[in-house]
Order: sequence, then C-alpha cells, then structure tokens
Amino acid sequence: MSLTPDRLGAAHRSGALVWARRNLFRSPVDGVLTIVFGAISLWLIYKTFSFVFITGRWDIIRVNLRLLMIGRFPDVHVLRLAVTVVGLAAWGGFLAGFIRARQIRSGRVSDDDESVVARVGDTVARLWLPAMVVLLLLVLSSTSGPWITVGIAIVAAILGRALGPLAGRPKLGPMGSALLIGGIGAVPVGLYFYVVTAVGFDDWGGFLLNLFLAVCAIVLCFPLGVLLALGRRSTLPLVRVVSTGYIELVRGAPLFVLLLLANSALGFFVPNSLAPSTSTRAIIVFTLFTAAYMAEIIRGGLQSVPRGQIEAAKAVGLSPARQMGYIVLPQALRNVIPAQIGQLISLFKDTTLAGIAMGLFELLQVTTAIPAQEGFRGQGLIGETITFAALLFWTVAYTMSRESQRLEKRLGVGVR
Amino acid sequence: MDRRRPALLAAVPLTAVLSARVPLWRDVRVLKWVLQLVVVGLVVALIIWLYGNYVENTAEQNIPTDFGFLDNPANFQITGNELGANQPVRDALYQGVLNTLRISVAGIVAATILGTLVGIARLSSNWIVSKLATVYVEAVRNIPLALFVVAGLLVVVLGVFPTIQEAWNLAGLAIISNRGVAVPWFVGAGFGLLGIGAVAALAAWLAARWRSSVSDRSGVLPRSGLWASGAFLVVFVIGWVAFGYEWTLPELDGRQTVGGIRIDPSFFALFFALVIYTASHIAEIVRGSIQAVPRGQGEAADAVALSGFQRMWYVILPQAFRIAIPPIGNQYLNLIKNSSLGAAIGYYDLTLVAQTTVGNGSPAVPVFALTMVLYICISLVTSVIVNIANRRSALVER
Repeated sequence: MSLTPDRLGAAHRSGALVWARRNLFRSPVDGVLTIVFGAISLWLIYKTFSFVFITGRWDIIRVNLRLLMIGRFPDVHVLRLAVTVVGLAAWGGFLAGFIRARQIRSGRVSDDDESVVARVGDTVARLWLPAMVVLLLLVLSSTSGPWITVGIAIVAAILGRALGPLAGRPKLGPMGSALLIGGIGAVPVGLYFYVVTAVGFDDWGGFLLNLFLAVCAIVLCFPLGVLLALGRRSTLPLVRVVSTGYIELVRGAPLFVLLLLANSALGFFVPNSLAPSTSTRAIIVFTLFTAAYMAEIIRGGLQSVPRGQIEAAKAVGLSPARQMGYIVLPQALRNVIPAQIGQLISLFKDTTLAGIAMGLFELLQVTTAIPAQEGFRGQGLIGETITFAALLFWTVAYTMSRESQRLEKRLGVGVR
Repeated sequence: MDRRRPALLAAVPLTAVLSARVPLWRDVRVLKWVLQLVVVGLVVALIIWLYGNYVENTAEQNIPTDFGFLDNPANFQITGNELGANQPVRDALYQGVLNTLRISVAGIVAATILGTLVGIARLSSNWIVSKLATVYVEAVRNIPLALFVVAGLLVVVLGVFPTIQEAWNLAGLAIISNRGVAVPWFVGAGFGLLGIGAVAALAAWLAARWRSSVSDRSGVLPRSGLWASGAFLVVFVIGWVAFGYEWTLPELDGRQTVGGIRIDPSFFALFFALVIYTASHIAEIVRGSIQAVPRGQGEAADAVALSGFQRMWYVILPQAFRIAIPPIGNQYLNLIKNSSLGAAIGYYDLTLVAQTTVGNGSPAVPVFALTMVLYICISLVTSVIVNIANRRSALVER
C-alpha cells in the first residue's frame, strides 16, 4: 500500500472517521462490540443522569448531612472541629512549602523546574476532584458555618504555603531543626487533644469517625510494620519465628472476626480498670491487623534492595543500625510505595467494618439508619444514602491512589 | 591468603590477635543471644499477662474456658440448611464452614471469569470497551466492599426485585423476586452427583491430554477445550441417566416457589458483591500480567496469522497467567476472608454462626479462637492449591 500524498490528504480531511474506524470499527466483530457496549454505556449514562437529577430524592441527604459527616457530635463543640479543619489546612500548606524549600536547598528539585503557572495548574489538576465534592457538600449544607470554615481554611492553607519556605530555606543547626520538626509534628497532636478534651472520640461519628480511625491506624501501624518486617528478615532465629508467627496468624483470619473478637472478648485479656472503649478497640484491631500486611509489603521492599547497597554501606563503615536506617530502609520503603498506599486505602475502606462488627456510628451505619427515620420511613431511600456514602469513600480512596501514582513517578521508582 | 594480609595486621603476632578477648558487651554472638532472649522474654511475659487476666476474669464471671459448649444445643435454625433447633453447636459450626465454602467456591469461579474478561477488555483496541472496563475498575476498587454487600441486599433485592406475587419469570428457568431467586436444580443432589461430576471431570482431563498428544504428533489443531467439554457432558449425562437422577424447574405456587432450588436473598447479594468487588482487583492483575508478556510474543502470533482470539487464548493468556497466579491466589484468600461480611446481611457463614453462638451464651474466646483456626485452615488449603498451580505453571529454568 503506497502512501501517496492523496491518501495522506484524505486521512487529514476525515480525522474523526479515521479515528472511529481505528478505534470502534476495526472488524465486523469490533463493530458489534461497539454497538452493544455503546448501547450499554448510553443506558448507564441515562440511568445515572436520571437518578441523580430526576428520580433521586436527595432531601434525606440535605436533612441528615450533619449526621452523615460528624455523627452525634455535640452542638456546642462543633466550633472546635472548625478550628481543627482550619489548623490542619494551615499545617498542610506550611508542610508543603517547607518540604519544597528543603528539597530545593538540598538540590533534589531545582527552583526553576516549572513556572508558577504550571505548578498552580498542576495543583488544580490534583485537587479539583476532592474540591468538587467539598463544594457539593457545602451546597448541600443548610448553615453558613461550613462555608465560613472552608473559606478560612483555604486562606489559611495559602498563608501556610507562603510561610513554609521561610522556615525551610535557612540552614538551622541540629537543635533548631529538631525543634522545628518537633513543632510541625506537634500541631496535629495538639489539635487532636484540643478536640478530644471536649468530646471523647467515643462520641464521634459519621465520616469523621471513618477518617479518624483510618488516620490513627495508619500512623500507628507503620512503625510496627517496619519492626515486624525487620524481625522476619532477621538472622536471629527466635525473633524471626515470633514475627513470622504473628504475621501469618493475623493474615489468616478475617478482619471482621478479629473485630468481633475484640468487641466481645478483649475485656477478658486486660484488667477491668484498663478495658478500652469501643473506638479504642477498633483502632487497636485495625493497627495490629494492618501492621501484619504492611510487614509483608515492606519485606518485599527490603528484598528488592540490591545486595551491593548493603555491602557498600558496610564498606564505608556504617554501623548496622545506620546501614538499615540510612541506606536500606529508605530504598526499601520507596520501592513499595504503591503497595503501601494500596494497603492504606484498603484500611480506609475497611473502617466500615467497625460499624457492622462493633456498632460504632460510622458512615455506613448512619447510611443504613437514616432511611428508617420519621418522615423518610418506607420510601426506599436507601439507594440515595448509599450512593452518597459511596461517593465520599470513592473520592478519598481515588484521590489517594492518584497521589500514590504521582508520588511514585516523582520519586522515580524503577528509574535511574 | 597470608600474603595479602595488610601490613599493619601482619606486624601483630597472630597469637596476640586470637588471645585478645572481646569484652562480653561487644561480642556479637553474645549480643545476638541477649537480644533474642529479650524479645522472646517480652513476648512470653505479654502472653502470660494476657492469659493470667483471662483466667482471672473468666473465673470471676464464671465463664467456661474449655470447648464443652460444642455439645450444647445451638438454639437457632438456619433456613435452607439441615440444622434443626436442637442440634449441637458443633453441627451449626459445621454448617457455617460449608456455607463459607459454598460462597467462596462460587465466588472464586465467577470472579476469575469476570475479572479476566474485564482485564482483557481494558486493553482492547475498541475505545468504548476499554473505557467501560476502566470506569468499572476505577469505580469499584475504591468503594468499600461492605457498601456493595449492604446495597446488594437492601437496594437490589429488597428494593428493585418485585414481590413474590409479581415475580419475574425468565422463561421458566429462573423466578426472581424479593424472596430470592429460584433456578432449576437436580432432585436429590448430593454426594452421588458430586461423584459423577468428578468422574466426568477426570474424563475431560483425559480427553484434553489425549488431544494435546495427538496434536503434538500430527500437528492438527488440538481443540482440547471442545473435546474436554464434550467428554464431560457425555460422561455426566450417561451417569445421570444411569443412576436415575432428575431435575426440576422452579414454579410459582401462590406465595412461594416449588421445585428447583431457591437461592437465598442474602446469598445472592453476598455473591454478587464479592464477585463484582474481587473481579475489579483480578482485572488489574490480569491487565498487568498481559502487559508483562513480551511484546514480541503478540507480534509473533500476528506474524503466523493467528486470529485475535487464538492470539489471546494460545499465546498471551497462558504466559500472562503464569505471572498472575500468585497475586490472583492472594485475591482468592481475600475473597474467602471477605465472605465473612455475609454476617452483616444474615448469610449464615462461619462468622455469623460464631456470632450467633456467642449471642446464645457460648463463651466468646473459645468460639472465636476456633473460628479463626477454621479460617486459617481454609486459607492454608487454598494457598497450598494455589502454590501447586503456580509450581506446575512456572517455567522450568536451569
């Protein structure tokens, strides 16, 4: 087949047709597939559209929005949540600016990599999806409080982002660095105590509880997972047996059964004075459970670090702890970022089990409870409420997985 | 060796080096043992402490710690299973294990098929097909399974399906209502039928082996799939007729269905939730494995003019599954463990039986310990099977 100018011209003239022939009607079978699945897609789009805009009765979400988001959190203390949101936004912005300044200082990122416009565009591309969902929640809310909170939070985040580089740029001594990093770490802890001194987290509920359970377990499971992974790879036989036994035992049992066990039997294993509350039990189980899976992922990462790296570390005379901390672990953790974040996403999704197994008032429990309310009973509104819950979970999980892909690309996993 | 000894060391007499004792607190061998003893000591101390509390607390509240509860009456019934009100807890747990196995086997088979199809579809050259598969995977993977399970029962079965009076009748083959789905089934199906199935499967395997050896010798197309399913059908039908089995179609009789078998709403919801959720994960694994097959393999298939189906079925998929078996095996284990979510919607799997048993007064710790052991056994058997499949499919390397 000769590629005469005439043919080239024809291809240019009818781009859409050529595209359709290549991608939709390659062969007769392909054509049939296109028609069948095209029809299915159209039907799905039509159904979704009509459910969202015509048949769906979203009043139940509007009325119960507060219950869905924060459960039965007492009225008088909601202001503390708003302060926390603003504080976390400022903290996040500050951290982003700080880290970037540090990276520029150490030469890992060059300052003139991209223009400001490109970077703002990049941020928008990353955040538009959760931002749209937040906007939807704001539109659904019937009071002005959330609007004001989010408004101030955005300003706080931008301010934090502007201040962050000021702290990150100058070279501080070891004392100054430690103080600064300690201060940054103390902010979320401080905000947590600010809220929890007013309302103990047994009274938290809704989506807030899902997020809180997940964040707590994520923070706590990580060090335990690293320890277990090192234990399983250790040359000391007894340590290895203990770690392996723990990991395999936990991974063999369903999370749901562990939660049931903790709910009805954890009290037997500790003195009565120490018996933890239900939410604490959930956090303990999620932490212990996820740590076992984390350990296996990190073990994979440890195995992927080339032997030469350890040998080189030994050759320059690093102590075993420094070989591990400075050479092996950073590479191991970096190599398995996607798997780690996948595990964290799965932990976040599993927080719904705490509601089913332990009766915590998290989002799924609220979702199934509110269609039985006075005024909504017997109207079959469970479809609407579950769709709403699915949207929230999906947004957070999808954003996390997209961020993990981005992080993976930035850290250049598998690229020299 | 000696010649390479660095000059400095060589200057020190060897005997002096050997006799200079390393102090105990810097001797690596001693340190290793100390560290191990500390770790084990801590673990043992923790276990003793927990166990001591357990013994003390249970004695205080007069709760038994042995497994005597297994012979107590279970005091609950499972519809659809042969479990009467007076049978012991032992039998209830046995039924629970059977129900877990039922949903797991059915779910694994269906999720593998759906997941493979979706995984292939994601790589299709057809734009609509690949986009639809991508939307499916990205939507389902990021939503908690519990939402699917609950929605399957409350939204689909109880919300969308009609009442029994207006049940949908699919050409007499299935009767769908919010009481469940009735489908044709064998009369008196049991282990006899299972045996016939096993013999038929053996025949199918032999037929497939024979065809591939014929193909190796003569070069004709093996068509082993066709021959195997033919052999299976022939043997199965002969056995069925010979032993006089029958099957019945479901029929609507007033407010209930008779004949066939009625699939419980909770089984139906759990099954579809598990399959849809697990298939989205399997699809990603299949997609990754297909992409990991070297490009040259597909190009070679094109070069010898295989059709699209042949290229996928004979060249790409066998190599892709070699890579995919371990992660897919993990998904099978996840599916088995996730089937415990049936407890949320009243499917009497092992978990719900255990939960109900505890609710009826059996001691919690022994019941849940036993439940965990049973789950671990099921997981172990599954992973042994997956490992065997993996070893058989692995490339034999030097």
